[in-house]
Amino acid sequence: MSSATELAIADPRRERLAALGRRAVIRLGGGLLVLWAVATLTFFALRLMPGDPVLAILGGPSGNPSPETIEATRIEFGLDKPLAVQYLLYLGRLLQGDLGVSYSQHLPVTRVLAEQGGATLELTIAALLLAWVLVLLLTVITAGRGRLIGGLASLAETLSAALPHFWLGVVLLAVFAFGLRWFPPAGSDSLASLVLPAFSLAIPLAGFIAQVTRESLELTLEQPFILTARSRGLSDLAVRFRHALRHALLPGVSLSGWAIGALISGAVVCEVIFSRKGIGRQLYQAVQAQDMPLVIGISLVVAAGYVLANILVDLLYQWIDPRQQEATP
Amino acid sequence: MSDLILDRVQAPLRRRRRITLPPVGASLALLFLAALLLAALFPELFTHVDPLAIVPRDAFQAPSWAHWLGTDQSGRDIFARTIHGARQSLLIGVAATALSMTIAISLGLLGGLGGARVDRAVGWLLEVLFAFPSLILALLFVAVFGSGVGTLIVATGLGGAPGYARMVRGQVLAVRNAGYIEAARALGHPTSRIVLRQLLPNAMRPLVVTMTMGVGQAIVWASALSFLGLGARPPAPEWGTMLSMGRDFIASAWWLTFFPGLFIVLTTLATTVTGRFIQQRLEGRQA
Repeated sequence: MSSATELAIADPRRERLAALGRRAVIRLGGGLLVLWAVATLTFFALRLMPGDPVLAILGGPSGNPSPETIEATRIEFGLDKPLAVQYLLYLGRLLQGDLGVSYSQHLPVTRVLAEQGGATLELTIAALLLAWVLVLLLTVITAGRGRLIGGLASLAETLSAALPHFWLGVVLLAVFAFGLRWFPPAGSDSLASLVLPAFSLAIPLAGFIAQVTRESLELTLEQPFILTARSRGLSDLAVRFRHALRHALLPGVSLSGWAIGALISGAVVCEVIFSRKGIGRQLYQAVQAQDMPLVIGISLVVAAGYVLANILVDLLYQWIDPRQQEATP
Repeated sequence: MSDLILDRVQAPLRRRRRITLPPVGASLALLFLAALLLAALFPELFTHVDPLAIVPRDAFQAPSWAHWLGTDQSGRDIFARTIHGARQSLLIGVAATALSMTIAISLGLLGGLGGARVDRAVGWLLEVLFAFPSLILALLFVAVFGSGVGTLIVATGLGGAPGYARMVRGQVLAVRNAGYIEAARALGHPTSRIVLRQLLPNAMRPLVVTMTMGVGQAIVWASALSFLGLGARPPAPEWGTMLSMGRDFIASAWWLTFFPGLFIVLTTLATTVTGRFIQQRLEGRQA
């Protein structure tokens, strides 16, 4: 412990990086354990499923396969082996990056994911950026401007936080795609088709983040260093953007981990409404078709991405606010 | 200290610290929730129209005096359906929140009181559940157990449970070492009594707020599942299902989706505002 302090005196920046690295390794190890548990959980959830998985593979109750086909499929998918063997085989395949074959699309799950994942990533990132732009515009300009403006802005935030994605999406679709015809109602090829889904994801999220950021910004604006900055003759906007914002962002950033989860959930709905490519809509279709390899494959990848994103947010948070490092050894 | 001087210098710059929603908002929210509860219990108070009655020649009527919120593709009155839908949606929201809280309290108490090893196990379990965004967890559940109102409640409840559990655990840990718990223990009260009479009520108090807002969120998530066609079956007057049905006619008949959605928004808004109101009252009492 004492050597660490000496090092810190020698080169605090390096020491900080080292601490961050240690934490990253610990968190990643924990994340891997969590993912193993997630994989195990989903495997046994699949086995809990009422009905015979073989029948689901062969097209559900309407498939009406012959006993020979059932037996052949059972052997093909390894469903004739004991549960423990199946579990180990499943884990082994997972480690090799093999998520099985989708029953409904007759394609490897990894290929479906590779083809569709990009669109979802594009949508969620666009929505996250858009949400932050909205938050910054709304909070930095209106925070600490008196009761009326604050109350109005706060009302707008509460209202937009209460808007469900699916309703907002449908309303935007009705107004801007079918009414004004500004944007295409469906598809995922052009930038224009990204606008409406991104807004329907971003607006509720912005409402949530803005509530937190506003409160923190109002507190920051009362700090003595803001007074110092003002007394140096800085303009109001400069004070807000260059000095206050930096300190006020922290609570909002710490919400980002949660926000990514909300975005993934919302992406499922938005992709369905706007008929976009993406793993959200694939998941929805897979649930409807009871295509369990695809359901599990997508859930696993989403869980992995979400866990990773949370770790990144955690590390980012530590990097921004070194006090966190002292709080958690 | 120079705080006094600083105060005087800062006074012109200082503005109101916390924006409080006017009590008008809170009373409106409470009024809306009360009306909603009435609609759920006695829908006949608001409308005598049968929400399932099909009148083909009245299909796709825009909002008018005869049909306040218009009619749907089978000529069913949307106002009547929305009013009758309140029961289903509220029931789902409350039941799902109750389920979330039951799971959360059991896990939270177990983690907070069971010693370090149990606590670590619970924390780990929560982290595993947290690895799934809530809608994904709910979808996974629906995929395994099929769709329907029952699964809808369980799926929504499960999806929300990890968040609450984390809060309960934190609260229990915070309250566990409070002076009054020690006093109760010194007085020789049995553990079960301390947990039920001292620990839970005190740990739960901040959660009342979260729970109130949670009902609104649960309604939103459940309607999202219904909207995806994985909840209540179509003719049933449920808000999410109505939205889902109306989606096919969005280009020609906006009122099919607009009004059920509006009720979801208003309900969420009302629970949020009420939750904040309770929070302010609780904080006021503590201060």
